[in-house]
Amino acid sequence: MTELVKLDRLTKYFDIGRGQRVHAVDGISFAIHEGETLGLVGESGSGKSTLGKTLLGLHDKTSGTLTYRDEVLPARYRSADFQRLAHKMQMIFQDPYSSLNPRMTVGEIIAEGLRGKPMTGAQKQALVSEWLERVGLNAAHASRYPHEFSGGQRQRIGIARALIMEPEFVVCDEPISALDVSVQAQVVNLLNDLKTSMGLTMLFIAHDLSMVRYISDRMAVMYLGSLVEIGKASDVYFAPRHPYTEVLIASNPEPDPSTERQRASTAIQGEIPSPVNVPAGCRFAGRCPKVMPVCQQQTPQLIPLADEDRLVACHLYSQ
Amino acid sequence: MSANVSNETLLSVDNLHVEFATYGGIVQAVRGVSFSVETGQTLAIVGESGCGKSVSMQAVMGLIPMPPGRIRQGSAKLRGQDFLGKTHIDGKAICGDEIGMIFQDPMSSLNPTMRIGDQIAETLEVHRGYSRSQAFARAIELLELVKIPEAEKRARQYPFEFSGGMLQRAMIAMAIACKPSVLIADEPTTALDVTIQAQILDLLKEIQQETGMAIILITHDLAVVARMADKVAVMYAGQIVESASVDDLFYKSAHPYTLGLKLAMPSNRSDAANQLQPIPGSPPDLFSPPAGCAYCARCPWAMQVCQGDNPPPFVVGDRHYARCWLQHPQNERDIDGLYRVPAEQVADGPSGSAKGSTV
Repeated sequence: MTELVKLDRLTKYFDIGRGQRVHAVDGISFAIHEGETLGLVGESGSGKSTLGKTLLGLHDKTSGTLTYRDEVLPARYRSADFQRLAHKMQMIFQDPYSSLNPRMTVGEIIAEGLRGKPMTGAQKQALVSEWLERVGLNAAHASRYPHEFSGGQRQRIGIARALIMEPEFVVCDEPISALDVSVQAQVVNLLNDLKTSMGLTMLFIAHDLSMVRYISDRMAVMYLGSLVEIGKASDVYFAPRHPYTEVLIASNPEPDPSTERQRASTAIQGEIPSPVNVPAGCRFAGRCPKVMPVCQQQTPQLIPLADEDRLVACHLYSQ
Repeated sequence: MSANVSNETLLSVDNLHVEFATYGGIVQAVRGVSFSVETGQTLAIVGESGCGKSVSMQAVMGLIPMPPGRIRQGSAKLRGQDFLGKTHIDGKAICGDEIGMIFQDPMSSLNPTMRIGDQIAETLEVHRGYSRSQAFARAIELLELVKIPEAEKRARQYPFEFSGGMLQRAMIAMAIACKPSVLIADEPTTALDVTIQAQILDLLKEIQQETGMAIILITHDLAVVARMADKVAVMYAGQIVESASVDDLFYKSAHPYTLGLKLAMPSNRSDAANQLQPIPGSPPDLFSPPAGCAYCARCPWAMQVCQGDNPPPFVVGDRHYARCWLQHPQNERDIDGLYRVPAEQVADGPSGSAKGSTV
């Protein structure tokens, strides 16, 4: 499979004054293959959204490289870079309420990316109408304002705005977490259909583990700015290797009372520590039920597991 | 199932109607909701946003601003005494004393300018007449009870110094300060990560086992329901469309909406369908609720009768009711996946419509 996006020790720190830095994304390397959906999970504060935004140049990179096809992307985007890459990479945001400008009509919002394209106004309008229909809205909705729509409909507007650019790669940052259950399925199925018909590659960031397993081909797990496990989504979900992945999946409730009655109580105590002063060694060592002396000193590297298409960063698996 | 389930009905709500006067007209947010909860039991009220699940509980607690709100009809009884519209019962305050409440967003429900310990202590000063220092000492004990490390130091901190999970623990400490007999938890874990969610749900269960309080859990997440509830009421457009024990609700779903919700959620069971089935459309406008079944427009099996007449709650099992015409004893249509009372039981059992039945 071709690697569409490749991260090499990608790092994003935020300076917060007094010489302190938030280690939001700390030396992450992996590749996203063309045509796949890669699910990215982790608790809040693990850096998954920062990673998604850094991939699109919405944050400048602190260090490391990001390769798109064969092009090494600049560390800091200039406006020409955004103009050029907008046709390749797009983003769908989490909050359908704050990510649409309330003073623009839906038609203007969706057409905004087409500015500068050699098209007449009528052509643009026709394209907007086409996209409104494609995402399950009505062409007549173009003249309305965002406040006239429900959460699910707004998310569809956000999808149309991103995909009208016909990108190859889309970052979906928690696209369904603000929606009701019945509407979540509508939006997920729409994304899946569009992905198939347009041949999209997706990075699907979410904290809903069941949904990520459902939609993704592969799944990556982040903890405190670092990548702890990546592999086939069903393998990672049903046979997690990293102790953190185990804990995360053991905490995920299932809509099934008899499964829930058999579930052991709380899988883990404590909370994700602050990403400001990250501990030396393995970042999960402080909460890990299988911690060993080596974990406090050495940072585990991502290593491939034998006979499996999976990488795990844990000393349990290093010989 | 909780350890100490007795059969004493603690809180019962009967035929509650709540409406709001707005510029656009009157919104009928709650349209005849009835349920009850027993000591030591957990009742989950499930539904999508806008179905009236939070409003019902806020009406019971007397938290609805009136106007624009209005309780048009209904009763709410605690140990048999009607308290709807009152603030006190036998000299004890309903809100905060007899019934505790925790909210979805702990960050915005706590006072950012007060220390956590003072906020918990305030409850005890108001309802129990504790002195300041007594109340603060008790607040520290409560923070320990909800497993906040270094409770003494934490009690002197402000909400911004707490994480979301810790704030939710502090909220629980506040809600249980006066040992309420009922705890209403409105989406207590929606804003939290799964690991923290598991911790908070376990904490609630533990406290319930120790104190025997009843919990009314308002949520939209069927997985949380499966983990916590003894019985469940599913709400849609201001009405309870199905109510049952947790097992019956999941394994013998008798209302198309319940079935729809289940099929719209990804399941990790090996026998789960591999394609999500969304519920098309969106809930009806409650300015002018439909004359018939409110779910009719989204229901794949809607019939003529569904448009004209709202179905009553039909009995489909022991304390299992569903508001759906498909459950009418004379209906002969079976739907794949939808539970029906077996035919022989219809013939001799006390089945059929049961007007005004509670959960």
